[in-house]
Amino acid sequence: MAPLLEVRNLTVAFDTPSGTVHAVNDVSYTLEEGETLGIVGESGSGKSVHALSMVGLIASPPGRVVAGEVLFQGRNLLTLPKRELFEVRGKEIGFVFQDPMTSLNPVLTIERQIAEPLRRHFGMSALAASNRVVELLELVGIPDAARRAKQYPHEFSGGMRQRVMIAIGISCNPKLLIADEATTALDVTVQAQILDLVRDLKRRIGTTVIWITHDMGVVAGLADTVQVMYGGRIMERGPVRPVFHDPRSAYTWGLLKSLPHGGKRGVTRLYQIPGNPPDLTKPPLGDPFAPRNQFATARCHTEVPPLLDVAGSTPGHKVAAWYDLRAELAGQAELTGQEGQP
Amino acid sequence: MSRYLLVKLAESALAIWGVVTIVFFVSRVLGDPAVLLVPVGASQQDIDTIRTALGLDRPILEQYVVSLFSMLRGDFGMSFQQGRPAMDIVLERMPDTALLAGTALLFGSIIGAVCGAIAALKRGTVAEFIVMVAALLGQATPVFWLGIMLILIFAVDLGWLPTGGAGTWAHLVLPGLTLSVFVSASIARLLRSSLLDIMREDYVRTARAKGLLPRTVFFWHIARNALIPVVTMVGIIAGELLGGSVVIETVFAWPGVGRVIMQAIQNQDFPVIQAGVALIAAIFIVVNLLVDLLYGVLDPRIRRR
Repeated sequence: MAPLLEVRNLTVAFDTPSGTVHAVNDVSYTLEEGETLGIVGESGSGKSVHALSMVGLIASPPGRVVAGEVLFQGRNLLTLPKRELFEVRGKEIGFVFQDPMTSLNPVLTIERQIAEPLRRHFGMSALAASNRVVELLELVGIPDAARRAKQYPHEFSGGMRQRVMIAIGISCNPKLLIADEATTALDVTVQAQILDLVRDLKRRIGTTVIWITHDMGVVAGLADTVQVMYGGRIMERGPVRPVFHDPRSAYTWGLLKSLPHGGKRGVTRLYQIPGNPPDLTKPPLGDPFAPRNQFATARCHTEVPPLLDVAGSTPGHKVAAWYDLRAELAGQAELTGQEGQP
Repeated sequence: MSRYLLVKLAESALAIWGVVTIVFFVSRVLGDPAVLLVPVGASQQDIDTIRTALGLDRPILEQYVVSLFSMLRGDFGMSFQQGRPAMDIVLERMPDTALLAGTALLFGSIIGAVCGAIAALKRGTVAEFIVMVAALLGQATPVFWLGIMLILIFAVDLGWLPTGGAGTWAHLVLPGLTLSVFVSASIARLLRSSLLDIMREDYVRTARAKGLLPRTVFFWHIARNALIPVVTMVGIIAGELLGGSVVIETVFAWPGVGRVIMQAIQNQDFPVIQAGVALIAAIFIVVNLLVDLLYGVLDPRIRRR
């Protein structure tokens, strides 16, 4: 079966007064129906921009898609006429955005905001939409849904608003749900509730999900596949287990190493990846992570490594690296007698 | 809600009392109205008689307390000049002022809203540049100068329209246009910046992500929010215009409230000044109250239960 989504060589740039920002560079991947893809990376890694640009949601100008194709169910979204793209948004591809405080319109009722895509895409009557809104609110775990639907966003807590955002995202039973930092602005306990909710919804309605986050922990608990992005490129991707247990990109390794290990006693300082994210107005010639990578070879600085299958790992595990992280870590462990892997 | 209204009412009463008090004492500095009421060369005895008749010979605090209590009963006294109730003189000019203010607000708001929306939607184009330069000029040009220029061109040179006065729609064109220019320029500038701010909001992106048509996104998500500050400004302008735009009414000899107060000041007709100022203050307060209520309709976050 053809994949639900196939991104080919997607390249996005922003024209700013201080130069062209190369936000997304030559990103290619496929997403199977029913799969949950976790995209990880720090701010400016291009993870959000690449998702928004797929359905024309980046501000343009200054943003523009320089090259690439985004095949969704066989249709290239980037060349789709506007009218047809508006049919895809909200109906085929649902979005859940980062900050539930600012992502809901403060002057419209929750009911109206959830009903909008229903009325637009399914031509539902006000009454039918209103009933469906209550169902959706119950589905995302909002008690007293009928009364709450008539309220405004400011009458909801952050976690409740994020549930509303999810209700909007799934309202039309989209084939694909893209959640952009959907739990970032929430308390840890609320975050856990939302993740439970998403897992539960996935099980019940079987949506394909792209979960964008900077939190490795969230991905570990939610995703089938993880994709690590840096400097607008995919550094490593593959099934969650091999990527977390046997990372082959120095960046993934650094991210995992900088996570606190619950349960492990002691006051060891958390690992810190040295340096700062690259200035994407002047992207490095080679591997964008090379300047911060202690294992970088000369080639890393001059030539972009292709994303290739990792030999001897689980199928689907790919990495873009000129160096051999496993060999480097083994060598380091020999020298210091320490465990190199996280 | 009732508590809110009570507080507002108390505040309003306090504001009107303050305004009336200030006007009472300041107007006494203008001079002696009795002198203006007698023929030239009248004796001091005649002047004194009139002063006594008007109650102006009493100590000023006594006059103040007496007129304050009369005002509480709705009695603003008799005009010194016309011998008729002062409030009647002011109120009968109200329809003309309201006509002019309404015209300016209606056309000013429509033109301003359209221009502001064009400027925001056509950002970075020649259209935006033209609209914004025009709006800046419109806001910066003194209304009396614009009024006089329009009179010179359309009334004096071309003879198409009357130079001043009221009575037919032709009389309304020039003062209405002059005020509309100012109103629309202010609205266009505020609406443009407000729209541009709102367009960057996260919830607008949410609305687009729902697949809504651009016009739905614009009217329901962008404009709806962008209008909130604009409504406040329209309210302030409405209050100002309904209080009589003294300058424009004077330039165009428009028989409105502003002009009647202007004449009362020249004639030291204290009761008319007081009645006029009290009326303007009341209008201002009522308009502000309406804006407050409208604000609640537009923005549920400040809606009071």
